[in-house]
Amino acid sequence: MNWHGIKSIYKFEMARTRRTLFQSIVSPVMSTSLYFVVFGAAIGSRITEIDGVSYGSFIVPGLLMLSILTESISNASFGIYFPRFSGTIYELLSAPVSVVEIVIGYVGAAATKSIVLGGIILATANLFVDVEIMHPGWMLLFLILTAITFSLFGFILGVWADNWEKLAIVPTLIITPLTFLGGSFYSISMLPPVWQTITLFNPVVYLISGFRWSFYGNADVSLGLSLVMTGGFLFLCIGVVWWIFKTGYRLRI
Amino acid sequence: MSGAANIISVSGLGKTYDDGFEALSNVNLDINAGEIFALLGPNGAGKTTLINIICGIVNSTVGRVTVAGFDTVSEFRQTRSLIGLVPQELTTETFESVWDTIAFSRGLFGKAPNPGHLEKTLKSLSLWDKKDSVIMSLSGGMKRRVLIAKALAHEPQILFLDEPTAGVDVELRQDMWDIVRGLSDSGVTVILTTHYIEEAEQMADRIGVINHGEIILVQDKKSLMRELGKKQLILELDEPLDAVPTALASYDLEIRAGGNEIIYNYDTQAENTGITTLLSDLREARIYFRDVKTTQSSLEEIFVGLVKRIK
Ligand SMILES: Nc1ncnc2c1ncn2[C@@H]1O[C@H](COP(=O)(O)OP(=O)(O)OP(=O)(O)O)[C@@H](O)[C@H]1O
Ligand SMILES: [Mg+2]
Repeated sequence: MNWHGIKSIYKFEMARTRRTLFQSIVSPVMSTSLYFVVFGAAIGSRITEIDGVSYGSFIVPGLLMLSILTESISNASFGIYFPRFSGTIYELLSAPVSVVEIVIGYVGAAATKSIVLGGIILATANLFVDVEIMHPGWMLLFLILTAITFSLFGFILGVWADNWEKLAIVPTLIITPLTFLGGSFYSISMLPPVWQTITLFNPVVYLISGFRWSFYGNADVSLGLSLVMTGGFLFLCIGVVWWIFKTGYRLRI
Repeated sequence: MSGAANIISVSGLGKTYDDGFEALSNVNLDINAGEIFALLGPNGAGKTTLINIICGIVNSTVGRVTVAGFDTVSEFRQTRSLIGLVPQELTTETFESVWDTIAFSRGLFGKAPNPGHLEKTLKSLSLWDKKDSVIMSLSGGMKRRVLIAKALAHEPQILFLDEPTAGVDVELRQDMWDIVRGLSDSGVTVILTTHYIEEAEQMADRIGVINHGEIILVQDKKSLMRELGKKQLILELDEPLDAVPTALASYDLEIRAGGNEIIYNYDTQAENTGITTLLSDLREARIYFRDVKTTQSSLEEIFVGLVKRIK
């Protein structure tokens, strides 16, 4: 293993965040606060409780997932797309680093950022509503798994995209709708039966459900199913990354 | 190849890009340890493609490359650790400082941090006072030095310079040649590409010429320069001659243009070109001339000549 190589990539990526530290902290705090004002205060005063949890508290896990998904994808995709775009990728390709090492470096850094961000959002949420975490171990597991999985997804996106538009369009057109429709702000049991069935094809439902369970002990789908789906998506992403490097897809011509 | 150990060995290498363009075909090339090798060739000849395959940036279609005996594909860790690459394009990071970017390069190549080496490298490239500057704020020439510093950060034994002096002013060009010589003296093998024959002439021990994806010649610089160094002196005569007078038989002369011109082939590399004595001998032979011209083969003509010679 080229540990120095992994460390260099990781440090390089973390330094990129540090340069924009203010923006990295202020924007999630800002948007989380806005969600609480809009959803928690305005709508929450009408929907008082879901499954015995106040509406404001109920949306915390979904909000966290929303931010972690978006941030993981955007950080990891930008991290690998930018060197491809600017040409500095020549150095990575000519260095004695393997697939695994490159992925650990980039995905590790993106996932770290998301997890830190998760902590910040959680702290912000705590200012507005009561947040209790019934199963902190599971909560952390879901958080880390999701951050890694979607950072891998972002990495794939950054390798696949050949222009800025594609890079931006996947999060906006696919991920955000899936998250909003995946029960971030409601329990899927509140939907008409047909929509409940359709919703089950949305992978994000399983993430949010498992994650919310770790907070309040209530879930839309069983914990086992949530774990299997999360793990399944993780392995799918690992498989795609492995294939990318094996074939040199879009990296080595 | 003879005695000197090969550090790089390219055999039967070919590259066809996805669009079907064959950029390299059956390239065979050995680079000796410690030499400065210049790869000459016109635009699109395949120089960058060849370098990129050796360095691991481009996949070959057929053939094999070994570096210090290791295969560049199956044993890429060993081969890539030995190589430093300065790319043709000025592609640098933007917001990082000079110091951070070279520390990154060193780590990426698997070396433990060594501030002393980085300091020495930056000083040798006159970049020390810029070490905390953001790369974006540097001039083009400085950025090129940064690329060299990055390539040297992990103490490579082989350095590839892909057109190091394109778009570089005379002073920096001179600096670069000095740096390359210094590296070479310390035992680093240097492979550089260039369009300029003078550059190859000044720097290289051996020269390879590539055209349309094929290596058409690899030769020791001295012997190549002797061939390429040929010049012609053309004397336009007052009165036509039928044949070269016997008094001038010892010179390599030709008669052309219906006897109106005498052509003298000479070697610019020779200690004595023989021009002075030829002119005085002509005078003694009472051959007078109106005009004098000299011509030297251009790089283009040399390529054409070489291609013809191979066929
Ligand atoms: N990615 C690519 N896809 C298709 N063709 C390519 C690609 N890269 C290079 N080529 C073609 O391969 C040929 C060799 O290119 P290469 O960059 O190796 O030339 P070069 O000798 O370095 O030229 P120059 O002196 O201009 O740098 C060119 O005709 C070029 O158009
Ligand atoms: Mg080139």
